[in-house]
Amino acid sequence: MFAYLIRRVLYVIPISFGVTVLVFALVHMAPGDPLSAVVPPDAPEEMVQELRKAYGFDKPLPIQYATWLSRVLIGDLGVSVARGRKVTDELTIAVPNTFILAVGGTLLGFTLGAFFGGVAGYFQGRWIDKLATAIAITGISVPHYWLGIVLVIIFSVEMNVLPSFGMGPGGSTAWQWNAENIKHLVLPLITLSVIPMGIITRTVRATVAEILNQEFVQALHAKGLLTYQVLLHVVKNAAPTTLAVMGLQLGYLLGGSILVETVFQWPGTGSLLNSAIFERDLPLLQGTILILAMFFVLLNLLVDIVQSAIDPRMVR
Amino acid sequence: MSRRALDKNQQATVDSAQVAVQSRGYWATVLMRLGQDKVTLVCGAVLLTIILSAVFADAIALVDPYKANMLKRLKPIGTPGFPLGGDEMGRDMLTRLLYGGRLSLFMGVTPVVLALGIGGLLGLVAGFMGGRVNMLIMRVMDVFYAFPSVLLAVAISGALGAGVGNAIVSMTLVFIPPLTRVTESVTTQIRNLDYVEAARASGAGNLIIIRVHVLSNVLGPVFIYATSLISVSIILASGLSFLGLGTEPPEPEWGLMLNTLRQSIYVNPWVAALPGAMIFFTSITFNLLSDGVRSAMDVRL
Amino acid sequence: MSSSHPKPAGIAATGSSDLLMVTGLRKYFPVLGGIMNRTVAQVQAVDDVSFSIRSGEVLGIVGESGCGKSTTARLLMHLIKSDAGEIAFDGQTVGDGDGLELREMRRQMQMVFQNSYSSLNPRLPIEETIAFGPKVHGTPTDKARARARDILGKVGLDPGQFIRRYPHELSGGQRQRVNIARALALEPRLLILDEAVSALDKSVEAQVLNLLLDLKQELALTYIFISHDLNVVQYVSDRVLVMYLGKIVEIGTVDDIYERTRHPYTQALLSAMPSMDPDKRIETPPLTGDPPNPINPPPGCRFHTRCPFAEAVCAAREPELEFSLATDGDEHRVACHMNTADSGHTRVPA
Repeated sequence: MFAYLIRRVLYVIPISFGVTVLVFALVHMAPGDPLSAVVPPDAPEEMVQELRKAYGFDKPLPIQYATWLSRVLIGDLGVSVARGRKVTDELTIAVPNTFILAVGGTLLGFTLGAFFGGVAGYFQGRWIDKLATAIAITGISVPHYWLGIVLVIIFSVEMNVLPSFGMGPGGSTAWQWNAENIKHLVLPLITLSVIPMGIITRTVRATVAEILNQEFVQALHAKGLLTYQVLLHVVKNAAPTTLAVMGLQLGYLLGGSILVETVFQWPGTGSLLNSAIFERDLPLLQGTILILAMFFVLLNLLVDIVQSAIDPRMVR
Repeated sequence: MSRRALDKNQQATVDSAQVAVQSRGYWATVLMRLGQDKVTLVCGAVLLTIILSAVFADAIALVDPYKANMLKRLKPIGTPGFPLGGDEMGRDMLTRLLYGGRLSLFMGVTPVVLALGIGGLLGLVAGFMGGRVNMLIMRVMDVFYAFPSVLLAVAISGALGAGVGNAIVSMTLVFIPPLTRVTESVTTQIRNLDYVEAARASGAGNLIIIRVHVLSNVLGPVFIYATSLISVSIILASGLSFLGLGTEPPEPEWGLMLNTLRQSIYVNPWVAALPGAMIFFTSITFNLLSDGVRSAMDVRL
Repeated sequence: MSSSHPKPAGIAATGSSDLLMVTGLRKYFPVLGGIMNRTVAQVQAVDDVSFSIRSGEVLGIVGESGCGKSTTARLLMHLIKSDAGEIAFDGQTVGDGDGLELREMRRQMQMVFQNSYSSLNPRLPIEETIAFGPKVHGTPTDKARARARDILGKVGLDPGQFIRRYPHELSGGQRQRVNIARALALEPRLLILDEAVSALDKSVEAQVLNLLLDLKQELALTYIFISHDLNVVQYVSDRVLVMYLGKIVEIGTVDDIYERTRHPYTQALLSAMPSMDPDKRIETPPLTGDPPNPINPPPGCRFHTRCPFAEAVCAAREPELEFSLATDGDEHRVACHMNTADSGHTRVPA
């Protein structure tokens, strides 16, 4: 077991290395001049050459990769070509905002999902089950960016009770725990929570149904255990898988928040990605993708460790 | 070496590979059960309608989808001549939705098909050869797996630029790793079964064994898994277009339409919501249909 | 069946009727563990196994699970590579440039597998499964199919009914007949039956066994019959080989092994055998000690930890396979210090 854990942790190293290679390759296979974001098309040639040198774009690709990687390892992600600020500074602002959405969305989705799934699994076959399953399937079928728009239509345009974009009044980018910001949080949070809700409902339902159908549960009932104790037992057995799924969903939300953030103009990493792509801001793009991917890698590691700790059967 | 477990969907596919293939009587039973499942039948009908209306859009639509008329901008649903309203350039929404289905569906299905071919081949080779080849292929896949799918799709699309072709390339790359994983898993299972050993004992070479014994047993479950990816693919494809990374204007496509109409939600919100509704209906009918088919196929012999 | 003079154990002889000669066969499986997934131990599945088989006989191989019988079978079939040792078929070693080609060997030597369900491709009709082997070796399709029909008839299945059927439509006994038919389709001379009847109901088992004996007669076959069921082995075999933890502990004619048992392990196995004959009782002390671990086999004689007659010499040295000290023919060999003159064991007959 211990050996497995060490192996699993060490495995992060080659994967991270592979991730950096992939990110670098992706970004640099983009057609177009990386300088075009900064340099007006009619700039004199010497200025362009100087800028190119300053950013290091004149060296061959492997050297650029090595330079970039060595800087990354000491925490320097470069300077945003379009904004002129350090990438790390941009990320420091954006990441917490995305985190709030992602974590909140996962928790909400998990709560709803656990509830629906538990109810469905417990009342297998009855109409409650069918209803909960229908809700789950809706959750995973709905394009969440569309759902966001619909919610905005209903609550902002038609009913005007909730703001339609932004994170705070006046387009602020710093989160505060006050009523204004929370109002801005409601719609994006609900939007993001829908897919995890669907997936977790299905997972919980399947797990609960499977456990309840096992013979030893009936044996427990026969032994006279109270329903409460049986429920506790079910929770203990359903927890590992569910937690794993929840962890993964958090990862997907972190990385996949770009769509919802675009709809709501939420100042998180998704919006950063968006502007980086359209402004052809290579350093910002590289840095953001890298950080998001690394979060995902670490999250997977955490999920694997927790899962193997709870359920030794999962260890391979 | 440790590798993250397959998710539930993938595991179900791998498990089903062990269930033997069935006789003629089986498919008859499946059809009969399907016939009794009203929800699935309805979904099948709706999906078929959507697909056919997209394919035969030029026969059904009365108007040119590109024809703009600024006087008719954002007209509400039910305006004469514009049964579903007009979009932000005054084009007829109904026509645009019908034609939009073509690109949306095409961009949804094609990457899965391509990824099935490429990922399936890679997984087959990895599963059958084992050893170093397996490690090499699967480790590379693990690196791709280190990205959440949306992020990967956006990153690749962002790198390649907008355009239908680029978006298809991007999504194919996103779908190759899960298909490779599932195929590899199933192939490894099958490879260890006695009848493959018996074939080897008969003196057959690897290619013949793959062609006669392995392929047919692997393809079934993998194909079913691939179809489960289609609804995700449609949503992702439209999502990319929504971000401006897929279809380019003035082509009609549901995701792109959602994007361009977004500015207009204060003027005519319901027209703006229509394209997304199409994506939603396609996706949910597809999911319900495949769920229904899968549970009809889950016959205990 | 016995030759004119006893052959010393372990020395390759030019026995004219030897169809298969196995010398010093060894296979260890690595056990991975630790942080870097290194090889931390070896499963000594098959260790220095040597025997020969004569044309036309049935050699039974018995032993408990994990003793190495199935591994031996797969080594013989070249489905796994051996670490050491030589396998000679009809005098020629397999795989070298001037010896027998692997593919050709596969015509001569075939195997019938145990688990009759996963041993047949669920997507192929029976005819195709049986015709596969001949087709691989170049037989044109129509001839291969004709052969399949022919063989099906020989194993007792009506070709008209069965050629188009699929494995899941057959019963266990029928599937096993198909397995046999598939093995016979290549017209081999030697058939390895690895627990071929173990998974069948008793009545079906009897039918299949009789079929095997008839086929052996009709097609002049040689069998290696691997099983853990001692009754069945006694019924079909001419000679029997007993394995324990990867080693041969006793080998001889059927009567040698069943009536004149010399090795304590064989005796223990036989005492656990259900017998219908009230007169047939073998007085043996029960097995003692813990079940063995093939990863760390006990030093010296591998059986000594469970042997009621174990003494110091048993833990110190491994016994060699030597001819039985009792005067019971020239086939019977035992690997036990009680059977080795001058071993130091107190029970060596004087």
